Amino acid sequence: MSTVAAPPPPKKLNRIGLEQTEYRGLKTTLCAGCGHNSISERIVECFFEMGVDPRRVIKLSGIGCSSKSPAYFLNLSHGFNAVHGRMPSVATGALLANHTLMALGVTGDGDTASIGVGQFVHLMRRNLPIMYIIEDNGCYGLTKGQFSATADLGSRLKSGIVNELPAIDTCALAIQLGATFVGRSFSGDKKQLQSMIKAAIAHDGTSMIDVISPCVTFNDHKGSTKSYAYVREHRNDLNTVDFVPFFQEIQIEEEFAPGSSREVKLHDGSTLMLTKLTEEYDPSSDIGAIRTLHEHASRGEVLTGVFYVNTEKKNFMELLNVVDEPLATLPDSRVRPPESALQEIMQELA
Amino acid sequence: MSTVETAPLGRGTRPATDRIVNDFSIQVATVNGSGSQTANLVLLRALFQMGIPVSGKNLFPSNIAGLPTWYTIRTSKRGFIGRKKEIDFLVAMNPETAQEDVLDLPSGAAVVYDAPLNLQALRTDLHFYPVPFDELVTPVCPDAKLRRLVRNIIYDGVLAHLLGIELEEIRIALFKQFSAKPKAAELNWKAVEAGYEFAQREIEKQDPYGVERMNANGNKIIIEGNAAAALGAVFAGVTVVTWYPITPSSSLAETLADYAHRFRLDPETGKATYAIVQAEDELASIGMALGAGWAGARSMTTTAGPGVSLMSEFVGLGYFAEIPVVIFNVQRMGPSTGLPTRTSQGDLLTCATLSHGDTQHPLLIPCCPEECFSMAAQAFDLAEELQTPVFVMLDLDLGMNYWMANPFQYSNSPLKRGKVLSAEDLERAGEFARYKDVDGDGVGYRTLPGTMSYKAAYFTRGTGHNERAQYSEKPADWVRNMDRLTRKFETARGLMPAPVIDEEPGASIAFIACGTSENAVQESRDQLRNEHKLKVSYLRVLGFPFNDDMREFVRAHERVYVVDQNRDGQLHALVRQHMPDELVSRLRSIRYYGGLPIDARTITDDLVEQEEL
Repeated sequence: MSTVAAPPPPKKLNRIGLEQTEYRGLKTTLCAGCGHNSISERIVECFFEMGVDPRRVIKLSGIGCSSKSPAYFLNLSHGFNAVHGRMPSVATGALLANHTLMALGVTGDGDTASIGVGQFVHLMRRNLPIMYIIEDNGCYGLTKGQFSATADLGSRLKSGIVNELPAIDTCALAIQLGATFVGRSFSGDKKQLQSMIKAAIAHDGTSMIDVISPCVTFNDHKGSTKSYAYVREHRNDLNTVDFVPFFQEIQIEEEFAPGSSREVKLHDGSTLMLTKLTEEYDPSSDIGAIRTLHEHASRGEVLTGVFYVNTEKKNFMELLNVVDEPLATLPDSRVRPPESALQEIMQELA
Repeated sequence: MSTVETAPLGRGTRPATDRIVNDFSIQVATVNGSGSQTANLVLLRALFQMGIPVSGKNLFPSNIAGLPTWYTIRTSKRGFIGRKKEIDFLVAMNPETAQEDVLDLPSGAAVVYDAPLNLQALRTDLHFYPVPFDELVTPVCPDAKLRRLVRNIIYDGVLAHLLGIELEEIRIALFKQFSAKPKAAELNWKAVEAGYEFAQREIEKQDPYGVERMNANGNKIIIEGNAAAALGAVFAGVTVVTWYPITPSSSLAETLADYAHRFRLDPETGKATYAIVQAEDELASIGMALGAGWAGARSMTTTAGPGVSLMSEFVGLGYFAEIPVVIFNVQRMGPSTGLPTRTSQGDLLTCATLSHGDTQHPLLIPCCPEECFSMAAQAFDLAEELQTPVFVMLDLDLGMNYWMANPFQYSNSPLKRGKVLSAEDLERAGEFARYKDVDGDGVGYRTLPGTMSYKAAYFTRGTGHNERAQYSEKPADWVRNMDRLTRKFETARGLMPAPVIDEEPGASIAFIACGTSENAVQESRDQLRNEHKLKVSYLRVLGFPFNDDMREFVRAHERVYVVDQNRDGQLHALVRQHMPDELVSRLRSIRYYGGLPIDARTITDDLVEQEEL
């Protein structure tokens, strides 16, 4: 019997000739249904679709369920699982050594808002060129469900313990501290999260994305403000987010009616489109963004969207004024002053 | 402040002595923040320029201004530059401490003091020289606001006359010190002259101390250990420096920034070939340094004990994930804040095994500025060759005081960047397993992020891992990895600088010491030879892990005194651990932990007592 094999469907390749499978990681070991897994999938899709060279990417994390996830995407990129709460310093150091790298930091709410809040604060303040994703479930998963500092006031553990402390709003904090791209999304919203991650890839500076990512094991029950059900019921989109990469033709007239959308040009020439749904909203105002966040939080709403974008501010590496090449691999001749320099110093000290 | 109720002690009259030339110590007691540092450094330099071996030690409080501070200058024609326990010549400027300072002096000492303090009433066995500083400063410095700062340098002029320090050398030192401020230099110079003229006119010299020009200093320089280490790093091609301010290490990073700015800008673009970041704390400074080391930079951080404590977790990760980084630890007294401005060798044990679990780290222990400079370069080579954190263990005495030193030697030899695979290497190799012991020395091959090969990536983690850097909790994988790290530490042992050994033929007693104990030990050996006809061999440790030379050295002596500048005998403990059972009983311990630099007399007295001489 002879059959003629049907030709395999052509593989879809991106701009740099890679398939999407080449952006994958190992099989996840997180719980089935964990929001973090959806975020990993979005990262795979976005880095593939944007044609990012994975060899130039570093993926870093701290400790916790979220911080395990860099193993589950971008196998062709160098990864670094740091110590609890201190991924920001490692990422900073890696970029000091080689500022041509693209840094992706993945962290959790325990990692960022509690043990690592100091490093978080200073990373935002420096406007380090990094995409900083918080996989935010309001609890400590790996140690079995304790409250984190982003757990909402009044939320309740399965054991009945009620959280009586107010939540830290990582987005408001990031805006106040100097991050230049700040948004919040929901792990279950594929389209919004994709647009946000793609825009963050194009942004040059700190992009801080807080992704509400329900913990199906410890924090997805009735009464939890970080459950799938709660977020779906109380969600309020500040704007719809669309993103047009610089290498795609921009056709905005049909989709975005003038007057209701705002177009933000990002560093690589890409365009971030924010369509306002509810009110006049200006993503270039840090004070307006913080006010809006507080107003919605006080009504128990989970506000999502891109809250703040600043494409003017210099990032940390620009401020340091280092040479264009990576410091790590400069040849001896460029990092060792000549003998005459040492002689000059010795004469001064004689 | 102690109050004295019965004034003259009546310890008899001043002993008549022959002239004592180039062999005495001066202590200047002033108030912190009163500009005395300039006056003291000018004095130190002038003596140095006269070719006399000299050392200066700043004994200062943890304070910006107002608390007592002392500066000790020692001249030693035989070249002993450790701290001298006895003070021969006191300059008493601080009313708070003057009485106590005078009461502490040995009989026959001399005292220059601020006249209104009336110190001559306290003792009859000293030489007193009252100087009316306020009267002298007024005509020199019409601006009343500046007088406080100029007043102190008057004692340089007084001492120049009393001790025979050449005025021209004082002038040269002073103008060097004020090279950027010619007006201030002129003003200060007038004050020096006023002091000199007063002494010439009014003081009759009674004490035996004096200086005479020598030719002992050759082409030596004067430098602080921290500055020497900073220069070492700049000339060793450091590219990432992260730090957090802490006494006594801050000046290392600050001096490094100055020199890097002068000598490490790209000539074409004017851009920096280095990055220096003042971090938010030591948790971050070590994290940044490790991140930079991971990404291929020659990276370093600088700190002191409290910072080392905060760095503990990250250093363990650095050991286990095998990341090169250099940590300069300028040791001070602990625990906690301890005595932040006093010296110690109190972090030896901590740094040798810093962090949780099984961890071991190479230490380099310099004793002088030359070694601060050379060991900085060695540390970067070792860190990259071994892919691990390496400590350089200075202490406050070495780091913050000025020392005479031989000019530093420029090195042309290629920087040792360790086993790093390029994209081409990876294509040729076919396989890459980050933690595989390919060469049998325990050191694997690594790749840097950004290497343009699809084979380059690996995952760096603190969790258990196999040779391919994959997560693993298998006992066999864990044991294999830890055993390889042990092999790597054996490799380190072979790369550490050998100890300096000075074996006395026939000696049955020996010293082992490290770092700044060097000066006191050398002088103690001299004392023991002269006073007790006792020859004592000496091994100075330059690094940890120790090599076999130390075992042989101990085997060749009956009793070996390990000298420590800490309470618990930390070097003694490390040496003990290294000794085979049959040699352990030969080890004895001499410990000083008063916070001042150790002195020879303390060592000699302790040894004499233990030897029952």
